[in-house]
Amino acid sequence: MSGDSVWVLGANMTRFARYPELDALDLASQACLDAFADGGVGIHDMDILAAGTLFQPNGFGQRLQKQIGQTGIPVYNVTNACATGATAIRVAYLSIKAGEAEMGLAVGVEQMGKMGLLAGKSRSERKVYEASGRYDAVTSIDGILGTETMPGVFAQAGTGYAYENDGVGFEQFAKVAYKNHLHSTLNPLAQYQKEFSLEQIMGSPVQSYPNTTLMCCPTGDGAAAVVLISGERLRSMPEEAQRRAVKISASVLTSDPWVESGQVQPDVNTLTRNAAAQAYETAGVGPEDLDLVELHDCFATAELVHYDNLGLCERGGAGDFIDSGAPFRDGRIPVNVSGGLISKGHPIGATGVANVYEITTHLRGEAGDRQIEGAKVGLAHVIGLGSACGIHILEKAA
Amino acid sequence: MPDETSAEQVPIVGYLQLGDDPHLRANECTACGARYFDRRNACAKCGGTGFSDARVADAAVLKAYSIVHNAAPGIPVPYVSAIVETEDGTSVRSNVVGLDDPMTAELGMRVEFTTYVCGTDDDGTECVAFGYAPA
Repeated sequence: MSGDSVWVLGANMTRFARYPELDALDLASQACLDAFADGGVGIHDMDILAAGTLFQPNGFGQRLQKQIGQTGIPVYNVTNACATGATAIRVAYLSIKAGEAEMGLAVGVEQMGKMGLLAGKSRSERKVYEASGRYDAVTSIDGILGTETMPGVFAQAGTGYAYENDGVGFEQFAKVAYKNHLHSTLNPLAQYQKEFSLEQIMGSPVQSYPNTTLMCCPTGDGAAAVVLISGERLRSMPEEAQRRAVKISASVLTSDPWVESGQVQPDVNTLTRNAAAQAYETAGVGPEDLDLVELHDCFATAELVHYDNLGLCERGGAGDFIDSGAPFRDGRIPVNVSGGLISKGHPIGATGVANVYEITTHLRGEAGDRQIEGAKVGLAHVIGLGSACGIHILEKAA
Repeated sequence: MPDETSAEQVPIVGYLQLGDDPHLRANECTACGARYFDRRNACAKCGGTGFSDARVADAAVLKAYSIVHNAAPGIPVPYVSAIVETEDGTSVRSNVVGLDDPMTAELGMRVEFTTYVCGTDDDGTECVAFGYAPA
């Protein structure tokens, strides 16, 4: 794509947690104001605002402006499943690429509280069978014609991979969760910061086998925000701001192309493979150049298949990859050193922005105890069912 | 097959065909052969707008599954959710039924289409569902 380069100037996230005393506006405002402070700019410098949330009512971005500054700039309200945050970033990115904006603010937020299991409908007691919808279903089919619940759908993505490839079983999936819980102990922004043994993970209550409770992300609250800036405008910023700026080498969004099984089981693989290929091509880097990866581990089964989809391992080799220790923070390609969605948390709209915050923080060398030393290139990946996949590749300023 | 009684029966979804020879039917794109269980305006694979009605094979292989222990209230757990591929190459989502122990579900196992009554409404009408039992 032509156009000026685009950089992350400021970034911030709230700790992911549960904030019953705050609302989503409080969380989003805090992330935005802190991202401004981090970038040394303010709302009056922004040419565009993209606000991502899945569960807040329409017009959230405009309501957020009332809290952080009403300057009349275009506001885009973004909803794109679990790729909402990444999509908000991409909206601001495209606006700068198009030359309409020099600086833009992208924020993602969610306040989920203790929502519990997502998807899957309860059945009412009082009933009369009547065909409705595009399947002419007479009742809720969840639990009768397979599962619609998220832990189950992603479990099937994992067992589907195990069917096609050797060396993948319950233990490999559990190791993913072991790693991410372990990583989270170094991240003060994580919702949970507790190490669990492999035995504890495999022995925790089963949600949807092979995903046990400790292999599933929690629901929670939080926000993250980034200020993006054009390369030209960046050159007029103070030297320190230029040094800390991180380049967005690729910003990619894909949807799921047709596959035979796609009508009965969401395909999380093909669109991720397509997005990764585009991102590597655009950035001019390969998986071997990545110093760290934040990928969408909504469930342990999901992280494992994305090792393969993102080309971090050889085709079919995700089981060996985790067994070898490669995605641990001291391994060949550290994956989810933040603790990932499994332990850092997954306030849905915030997730895709928080992943970019995490990579940015490492590339700046400001990640504290969890810093991956000398990190120069990182990749942030999210996927939402439906489906949408967002990938950003970020590079340290030269 | 259920039905010794005189209760009226309805299929849980429109693509389940009841009667003496219960089976699944799909809307098949006349241009490329892609199959859909729901009503489609155009083919998601090729864009064609012509569809014919096709029978889906009964024999299948278990390609992915999950043993669901946590579901919405009113849904009996555990159950084995499955993605199967039928002999004629159609993916179907349903439950594996007829296993004494859900943990005996195994990737690659051969399964066979079957139907059963899954509920009765307040008018006494029975709902017939389908699943896949070990072959």
